[in-house]
Amino acid sequence: MKHIDTKLVEKKMGSRLTTNTVAKNVFLAATLFGLLVLVILIYRVVADSIGWIDFEFLTNKLSTDPEKAGIMGAISGTLWLMVVVAPVTMILGVGTAIYLEEYAKKGRLQAFIQTNISNLAGVPSIVFGILGLTVFARALGLGNIVLAGGLTMSLLVLPVVVVASQEAIRAVPQFLREASYGMGATKWQTIKNVVLPAALPGILTGVILALSRAIGETAPLVVLGIPALLIPLPDGIFDKFTVMPMQIYYWTLDSALVAEYANLAAGTIVILLLVLFIMNSIAVLIRNKFQRRF
Amino acid sequence: MTVSTFTANSAANTVKDKTESKKGMVYNTKDLNLWYGETHALKNINLEIQENDVTAIIGPSGCGKSTYIKTLNRMVELTPIVKISGDIQYREKSIFDKNFKVEDLRTHVGMVFQKPNPFPKSIYENVVYGPKIHGIRDKKVLDQIVEKSLRGAAIWDEVKDRLHENAYGLSGGQQQRLCIARCLAIEPDVILMDEPTSALDPISTLKVEELVQELKKDFSIIIVTHNMQQAARISDKTAFFLNGEVIEYADTDVIFSNPTDKRTEDYITGRFG
Ligand SMILES: Nc1ncnc2c1ncn2[C@@H]1O[C@H](COP(=O)(O)OP(=O)(O)O)[C@@H](O)[C@H]1O
Ligand SMILES: [Mg+2]
Repeated sequence: MKHIDTKLVEKKMGSRLTTNTVAKNVFLAATLFGLLVLVILIYRVVADSIGWIDFEFLTNKLSTDPEKAGIMGAISGTLWLMVVVAPVTMILGVGTAIYLEEYAKKGRLQAFIQTNISNLAGVPSIVFGILGLTVFARALGLGNIVLAGGLTMSLLVLPVVVVASQEAIRAVPQFLREASYGMGATKWQTIKNVVLPAALPGILTGVILALSRAIGETAPLVVLGIPALLIPLPDGIFDKFTVMPMQIYYWTLDSALVAEYANLAAGTIVILLLVLFIMNSIAVLIRNKFQRRF
Repeated sequence: MTVSTFTANSAANTVKDKTESKKGMVYNTKDLNLWYGETHALKNINLEIQENDVTAIIGPSGCGKSTYIKTLNRMVELTPIVKISGDIQYREKSIFDKNFKVEDLRTHVGMVFQKPNPFPKSIYENVVYGPKIHGIRDKKVLDQIVEKSLRGAAIWDEVKDRLHENAYGLSGGQQQRLCIARCLAIEPDVILMDEPTSALDPISTLKVEELVQELKKDFSIIIVTHNMQQAARISDKTAFFLNGEVIEYADTDVIFSNPTDKRTEDYITGRFG
């Protein structure tokens, strides 16, 4: 007694295969749609920027004359911002991750902190801007200098670093810790000599991704009142500054007045995208190179 | 008290009477009980382990062999749900004494694990890990320790020209002997081995077994094994564990030729496990 009726199977075969093909094409179309939008976007930006990106565009200071204007100020502002964000997120982010993974007892408190870190990652960036304005710019009296912007950005990207570092630390196999403890190492010696070196590639990947997010963020800096038109270059973390996305924002606004500002904005976007693309590639390279070593 | 505990005690006592005058005792386990949450994994263990012996711990999977050996260097407490009662004395000091730090205990008692677990560092760095942890910085001293430990683990000739290559390039058997070398580098008194050959091929297994014979001259070795032939070949004393209890503990030849307990006999003749 057979349960599968061969005739019925044959009869339905055609429609089953059709559905299969349709499904495949639906998913392909979904993928292509996203890609298409991206291609159009990049095409338009690149087309607008052609002829505007040259050496002087990168090395000139800001100017109201579109022919002379450059983004040196925004580039150095971004670099100074990184000088604050990189160490602050490294220390706070990796420190938090070590505490949560290696020291904190798995329990309610740990779960509570964990949930809040995840929630923090979902807070809109403008809210961080308001926090930065209230705490760093006003309460601490820093104003709109690099340090205030950098600390605000650090808070914004901190969850990224914490979560990435936690994952990297968790991926270090327990048998390596046991080997270390088994020889009489203390917890800190084990973390320093075994866990962190093994987790470093994952941590670095997280830090680079966090930095690339900080480079592209605009809203918190708008709230902090980062100046629209800033000619002098920042010389340190206590100077006023501007960054690439801010430059893009103001040039786009002002393109109603001077049409060429739109081309300058497009040129800045291309540079910004290039920088982000390079940073993300480095992150992916590190991840692939060190993946699954154990 | 259960009958089996009684058997274990009397067996231990007979052995002790014969040898006590010659050899010291490294470990004395007294009424040890251990729970993983609700699971009662070790039940009233009483064992005396002599120095310079190879003491084998045999028994079917899940009977508590690993749990027991990990209790001896307190690694078992890395599992948060573990609860322990009773006492273990190492060289007449309770290992649970507040003043006896686990880090200190573990420099006297090295451990070799079931799966070779070298660090993803060079062979050299693996061996000097312990000494560096304990504050040795002098390069000359470290070099000496490396050679001595690798020779001690019978792997020096195979790796002496590639000390600075990554340990992950070694075969499984070589990795395990490297782990033994790494353990020797802390100059331990006792070496705990938890099924050290179960992940190895027969030839590597043989090498490790020969090594154990060599090491017992200088160290006391406690070895968990799944393999009864191995226990018979290399150990002086054998403890048979079953369901968290020590059923029988005696000289290895007695256990294998003339066991007292029916369950020991059933196990060694392969009737279960
Ligand atoms: N981390 C743990 N959590 C809970 N139960 C455990 C844990 N480790 C071991 N056990 C239990 O303890 C008992 C003894 O395990 P183990 O010592 O690993 O046995 P063996 O090494 O003899 O195979 C088993 O019943 C096992 O399920
Ligand atoms: Mg085991």
